[in-house]
Amino acid sequence: MTNHWVDIRNADVVLVMGGNAAEAHPCGFKWVIEAKKHRGAKLVVVDPRFTRSASVADYYAPIRTGTDIAFLGGVINYLLAQDKIQHEYVKNYTDFSFLVNDGFNFDNGLFSGYDPAKRSYDKSTWHYQIGPDGYVKTDPTLQDPRCVYQLMKSHYGRYTPEMVERVCGTTKEQFLKVCEIMASTAAPDRAMTIMYALGWTQHSVGSEMIRAGAMVQLLLGNIGMAGGGMNALRGHSNIQGLTDLGLLSNLLPGYLTLPGEKETDYKAYIAARALKPLRPNQLSYWQNYEKFHVSLMKSWFGKAATQDNDWCFDWLPKLDKVHDMLQVFDDMHQGKVNGYFCQGFNPLGSAPNKAKVSTALAKLKYLVVIDPLATETSEFWKNFGPYNDVDPAKIQTTVFRLPSGCFAEEDGSLVNSARWLQWHWKGAEPPGEGRTDIEIMAGLFTRLRALYKTGGGAFPDPILNLDWPYRVPEAPGADELAKEYSGKALVDLPDPKDKTKVLRKAGEQLDGFAQLQADGTTACGCWLFSGSWTQAGNQMARRDNADPWGNGETLGWAWSWPANRRIMYNRASADPAGNPWNPAKRQIWWNGSAWVGSDVPDYKPDEDPSLGMGPFIMNPEGVARFFAIDKMAEGPFPEHYEPFETPIGTNPLNNNPRAVSNPAARVFKADMEQFGTAKDFPYAGTSYRLTEHFHFWTKHCRINAILQPQQFVELGEELAKEKGIKAGDKVKVRSNRGQIVAVAVVTKRFRSLMVDGKKVHHVGVPIHWGFKGEAKPGYLANTLTPFVGDANAQTPEFKSFLVTIEKA
Amino acid sequence: MALQSLDITRRSATTTPSPSARSTEEVAKLIDVTTCIGCKACQAACMEWNDLRDQVGVNVGVIDNPPDLTEESWTVMRYAEHEENGNLEWLIRKDGCMHCADPGCLKACPAPGAIVQYANGIVDFHEENCIGCGYCITGCPFNIPRISKKDHKVYKCTLCSDRVAVGLEPACIKACPTGALQFGTKQDMKDYAAERITDLKARGFANAGLYDPPGVGGTHVMYVLHHADRPELYNDLPRKPAISPLVSFWKGATKPLANAILAALALGGIIHYVTQGPNEVSKELEKEEEENGP
Repeated sequence: MTNHWVDIRNADVVLVMGGNAAEAHPCGFKWVIEAKKHRGAKLVVVDPRFTRSASVADYYAPIRTGTDIAFLGGVINYLLAQDKIQHEYVKNYTDFSFLVNDGFNFDNGLFSGYDPAKRSYDKSTWHYQIGPDGYVKTDPTLQDPRCVYQLMKSHYGRYTPEMVERVCGTTKEQFLKVCEIMASTAAPDRAMTIMYALGWTQHSVGSEMIRAGAMVQLLLGNIGMAGGGMNALRGHSNIQGLTDLGLLSNLLPGYLTLPGEKETDYKAYIAARALKPLRPNQLSYWQNYEKFHVSLMKSWFGKAATQDNDWCFDWLPKLDKVHDMLQVFDDMHQGKVNGYFCQGFNPLGSAPNKAKVSTALAKLKYLVVIDPLATETSEFWKNFGPYNDVDPAKIQTTVFRLPSGCFAEEDGSLVNSARWLQWHWKGAEPPGEGRTDIEIMAGLFTRLRALYKTGGGAFPDPILNLDWPYRVPEAPGADELAKEYSGKALVDLPDPKDKTKVLRKAGEQLDGFAQLQADGTTACGCWLFSGSWTQAGNQMARRDNADPWGNGETLGWAWSWPANRRIMYNRASADPAGNPWNPAKRQIWWNGSAWVGSDVPDYKPDEDPSLGMGPFIMNPEGVARFFAIDKMAEGPFPEHYEPFETPIGTNPLNNNPRAVSNPAARVFKADMEQFGTAKDFPYAGTSYRLTEHFHFWTKHCRINAILQPQQFVELGEELAKEKGIKAGDKVKVRSNRGQIVAVAVVTKRFRSLMVDGKKVHHVGVPIHWGFKGEAKPGYLANTLTPFVGDANAQTPEFKSFLVTIEKA
Repeated sequence: MALQSLDITRRSATTTPSPSARSTEEVAKLIDVTTCIGCKACQAACMEWNDLRDQVGVNVGVIDNPPDLTEESWTVMRYAEHEENGNLEWLIRKDGCMHCADPGCLKACPAPGAIVQYANGIVDFHEENCIGCGYCITGCPFNIPRISKKDHKVYKCTLCSDRVAVGLEPACIKACPTGALQFGTKQDMKDYAAERITDLKARGFANAGLYDPPGVGGTHVMYVLHHADRPELYNDLPRKPAISPLVSFWKGATKPLANAILAALALGGIIHYVTQGPNEVSKELEKEEEENGP
């Protein structure tokens, strides 16, 4: 989230799209209700299904699954055409006036530089025009046809209300009603928040859907504002912490990135990331990249990391490509993987195309499952009748099940969607032989290290030199790890303002990332978490809910990254002169000599606003980008592409067979062949979660099993009638990859939509059942889903696929 | 004002006068269905607090589950799909005991002390006194009590009288994430409901209103409804609930008569004893029985 949960109560309009907050985030959803009760806020829900969120909405509009960019592109077009934008905000805080490289173009569904053989783009034209001074050229009059504003206007001019209706199935009237409510927040004293979740991420164009939402928010001047923002509701407790700490194949902690295989030179690696400003007097905060990186290396390798060995740069893996979950399972399917560790992960249920995952797991020599529960994955080899119809005699994989504790059985911090690190204390010991995840990993590490010491082995350096200073090497304390992430001084650090004074003595905890150094004098495991455990103690354990400004920014409650800041980009909540756009909901402002206010300023604290530094300090431009330059795989502007399994088989926005679905999404050949077509599978399938359950965990709990005991699928009354299906009937739902059998729930909440002249029905597939646990046994929903992901994040396309349905 | 008096004002099949030294506020649970998202946290909390674990059932073609109240499910969410002017509304109502001011169950109950009403308005079943006759089920205008096949006793929501007695809110209230469930004095709940109704009217629900039906003397569980003019839209919430005429007949007009008959029978017994003396088994009969053996 750019903002935070409590801040949602400050919204005037709440858009829930690409998510179902009431269903999946019922506790956080209370702030929507607060906004409705106390601010008269309007709640708008756009979803293929009339959801629990829709049940309390002021307005609901249906949409065909996978067409959110068409919808949001239509909103962008509406706002530009009707001139419902926050002019001063957009003019000063975005790239509207930036001139784009003459070589960049968009034609019939494809941007310039496409290579169909590689299914990827040469992005060299996706850039700005750079002047002789090294800065981006601009046209403040916005007349130049190559400025971002003009390019955007022409790009989204195609997304008319009629086109939205044709692609999304949302009627023109419904669409315009939503536009009208959203546009009301272009006024500086009104704000809209967008709450989204897996309904946007789980598409082959998921990242671009989110960008499109962010563009709408920028046009309306809603980023950085209280009650505004782009608010991603995370799907697991601490999944935010997982990303923050870089548990993705191409990331290091704090969104630092691993070098690619060609990046063998340390200085070039840093230079490519420590971006110089692209406009005069911009902060471009990533210029500090090396401080964060070196502090990380010092935290990992201690004394072994020195200037002479480039802080152990050679020990970092150099990526040939991303090794995301889909890539790994495809490799496994090809027999290229010997062993696999799943820690708190149930891929047989959570990865797409269960049949492929099951075959892949059977090719492993060994599988290690670290989990508090007996997961389906840990018993993938066992026959559970129709629910898991395998022959154990043919599976030779050795499975090790290591029982772990759960979150309530250990101390530590969880990072919530709002970026708050909240410390928690152990409530009970893990039962039986259970150990905490830290103990399990530390036990593995110390044993491996001993093996390397005694037996040698290839490339032992990073293992033998890993700094491991914990009280009990087999069980590092949560406090020790947290302090390490927050960072400490390795020598006496002089005060930059007065070199005769010492800011922090050697061994002391740092106050924040501003104290990190690139010369090896500081260590910090995650620069974004720096300041979470200072000399004053554990900031995450704070529980002061005082709200002196009455805006919900309880700065004494837990600790929020970065720097305990509650609303990101909050400099943009004030006008260029430093006065709040909306004095009633002010965040920070310029008092003549400093930035002050209710939040920690996201800005240089003493920067005179008249000097023109932009509010988006992480971007070298200093402003927010509508034109994403080369940051995205499929283009600088979000463009609608159909799901890989499309019920209409064509993309109404182009007539290019190469641009029906995302032209830059990675698809493995065998998976491409497993995509179904509307001829055999005419209905738009979509998978989702229910309040009564949490993923594949709570079916192991009696109470949750009572509340939603048995697998079901949802379909509309019209389709049910056509198929002779009554509520309570057993139905068979098939995709080109497999089938499930479940109880039919026939509902008015799904309705057919007219799309491109054709009637499209949805079939809804809740995910929560499997063959282990207290609930009635069921099929893993991902038996049905396609093995393809978002072109940038590789998140699987669980939300849009094709099925057929019949009475079982 | 504390809400925790457990003074009993009414007790089934009992005429003993109730204590009245303490002044107790009437309590109420307010269910604002217009901010309820149907998450079932209240159902889970009810099971946890009251140590209830119903069967893991089946899906019967709706998302409601368990599909009905049982002796182990004292509250359930009921979901209704309603179309209004072409727009869909999903009306979600938490169902359970309404804690009537004039409780039909208590009136119908023939077992002394099996059903009580506290001074704060909570109507509670004391199962140890229950004889399993099921009259309370007939007496309830909301079809709430359920008889257990296991112990032939009747169960329903207690409004967490055990929690309220020590100054806590009922478990469902504590668990509700959106504040759709509120608890306090009945007057405070009415005042709060009035605010909600003003908001709903401003949003176009011209008939928004409070459900506190006078037919049962008002209730200590009240609803804020978008369509207070049509409570039946919410899975057949009764428009005008009233105690069954059978119960009224039995416990109303005929009760003095029945009492008179009972008194007459008792009096007859005494007269019989006085005039005829105690029933005595003759020596002959006793002897005969001894010989026949057990």
